[in-house]
Amino acid sequence: MQNFIDAYSWVNARYLLEGLWITIEVSVISIILSYILGAILGLIRYIKLKYVSAIVGFVIDLIRNLPLLLIIFFTYFGLPNIGVRLNPIWSSILAMSIFESAMLAEIIRSGISAVDPGQMEGARANGLSYWQAMWHIVLPQAQKKMIPTIVSQFISLIKDTSLATIIVLPDLMYHAQIIYGQNSNYILPMFLALAVMYFVVCYLLSILSHYLERRLA
Amino acid sequence: MISIITNHWQDLLYGLGQTLLCSILALFFSLIIGSFFAIFEVVPSKTLRIIARIYIEIFRNIPLLVITMFFYVVIPMFFVKVNGFTAGTIGLTIYTSAFIAETVRSGIQSVDPGQMEGSRANGMTFTQAMRYIVLPQAFRIVIPPLGNQFINLVKNSSVLAFVAGFDLMYQGNTIASTSFDTLNAYFVVGVLYLIITMPLSYYMRYLEKRLD
Amino acid sequence: MKKLIRYLGLLTSLCVLALVLSSCGTKKAASQSVLSRAEETNTIVWGVKADTKLFGLMDVKDSQIKGFDVDIAKALTKQILGSKGKASFIQVSSQTRIPLLKNGNIDAVVATMTITPDRQKVVDFSDHYFNAGQSLLVKKGSSVKSVKDLDKTGTRVLAVTGANSVANFQKVAPKARVLELQDYAQALQALKSGQGQALTTDNGILLGMAAENPGYQVVGSAFTKEPYGIAVNKGQKAFVNKINQALKKIRENGEYDRIVKKWFGNISGFDYKEAEK
Repeated sequence: MQNFIDAYSWVNARYLLEGLWITIEVSVISIILSYILGAILGLIRYIKLKYVSAIVGFVIDLIRNLPLLLIIFFTYFGLPNIGVRLNPIWSSILAMSIFESAMLAEIIRSGISAVDPGQMEGARANGLSYWQAMWHIVLPQAQKKMIPTIVSQFISLIKDTSLATIIVLPDLMYHAQIIYGQNSNYILPMFLALAVMYFVVCYLLSILSHYLERRLA
Repeated sequence: MISIITNHWQDLLYGLGQTLLCSILALFFSLIIGSFFAIFEVVPSKTLRIIARIYIEIFRNIPLLVITMFFYVVIPMFFVKVNGFTAGTIGLTIYTSAFIAETVRSGIQSVDPGQMEGSRANGMTFTQAMRYIVLPQAFRIVIPPLGNQFINLVKNSSVLAFVAGFDLMYQGNTIASTSFDTLNAYFVVGVLYLIITMPLSYYMRYLEKRLD
Repeated sequence: MKKLIRYLGLLTSLCVLALVLSSCGTKKAASQSVLSRAEETNTIVWGVKADTKLFGLMDVKDSQIKGFDVDIAKALTKQILGSKGKASFIQVSSQTRIPLLKNGNIDAVVATMTITPDRQKVVDFSDHYFNAGQSLLVKKGSSVKSVKDLDKTGTRVLAVTGANSVANFQKVAPKARVLELQDYAQALQALKSGQGQALTTDNGILLGMAAENPGYQVVGSAFTKEPYGIAVNKGQKAFVNKINQALKKIRENGEYDRIVKKWFGNISGFDYKEAEK
């Protein structure tokens, strides 16, 4: 019991919270970037442009089928070769955004495909242009169906930021490891803190998703 | 790049084997555990439903790395010795089972409820109806999502690299840091991952299309 | 709109293509002079460990990395850039330090890095600034007394990915299996969790661990010589020379001695006079 009280001393708690802040920062920026990029890529795949969609589709498939860890290594160790030098935080953000936008692109493509083609035809017949119909009729309907899948992808993203400890990203996982690495009496309290903190962040997001689903339904 | 393959092909093959072995074991066990929790979620007992809900919510919302490290460093301090490969496989099993439970549950629920009622009316017990009528149909529906879970498993098994599980990613790290040829080492490892995951993912897409 | 999307798509694919092509191309990072960049920005970026007691350890209280390597880096920065020079620190692990150096994320590595012929093929080293020797850390009361006790099939020994202690150990105890963890904190934790019979790396690091963890001790004499050097990317001769001059200077003016004593003076079982040579 004493271990728990000592482990959650103000100093350690603050250090953990600093880590949590990095985790949230990396997650939020990556979520925004990957959503935008994922939507663009998903649309490109959906509208089937000559060559472009096929190339984009192939690149997306490549990224989707690689472990995230490899993508993290490529952004951190590989990009500097072409003059892009990023610190662990921005490398992680870039890696997460690339990986998750590929995942989202696939979700969004299949989400749009699942909307009844009659909707598009009807809208076109009523004089809307292709993009007007897409924007006002098809996308909102697709969005409604996609929310749970997209949010669970975002939750995966938050959880996956922990993998970036491998390139010494000072996130929640890394900070907890530093603390229990210096005093192994703290190991159990630290794992409890890790589980609780990640759980709370992810669970809040899933509650938000349920709320959104109900609002839009 | 060629030198990496010629110098380290044994390590790479061994790593590939460990990655596959761990993924298959984890798929097998998480399918069993996941199905149990999926059934718990649809049985008429409130307690079981709550237990299943708690299990699924907890392990869907905690990073795989945390679960795996827990089995690698915490469990051995207090209970039994768990080596890296086992810790990784247990971690993957628990983590994936929560996702599989959700997949199978939605599969069960998509089977026409009339099937269950009909079987019950014909004198089957709930378990029998579940076992012989509902589950076989549910599994047919969930084969493509389960295939995608397996692809995720192969990718996620790279977590073994954190606990010296001798998987493909671990070998990649070792080769990269002894040959100093970082990018080529990871490039080769990436190709090996793609050899497993790419065909599977195209096959699953094909299956999905056929089911529609 | 459709045209715009088509254009964007083409652009994206071109970018990807460019990325792939140029990553096969030449490495630009090596051609810039680190020294002149450092003088321009008045900052040297050092790669240091953050998980290694005595050499570079994160202090949870103020989020500063503290240790022998960090103090050496600060002293060298003052010598090279003058008293206003800034030392900035990036945390590295044994696995990330060489790639980061080669791709230009950091200017130099001061992170318990042994000068070895293999590494000299890819990076340049300064003169050595510390003499360590590889040794073993075991639980007190363990039957392991020296490396020979570990040279059996079924033995598992813990080490860190990217450390040359892995290869050294495999040479003297080829039958044992080495488990490589991400960093020293993880390796020590794995030892405590019984994942291996011993942890092998340089004695300075091990003694730091033993000082913090009374249940563990360093056994056997050092079975290798591990001279630590400061690593710099290839093609940066001017910077290496500056570092060597600065090292000589701090050895002469007593600062080096003071730093060694500060960190190793109270460590029992460690001959810091030997390490200083």
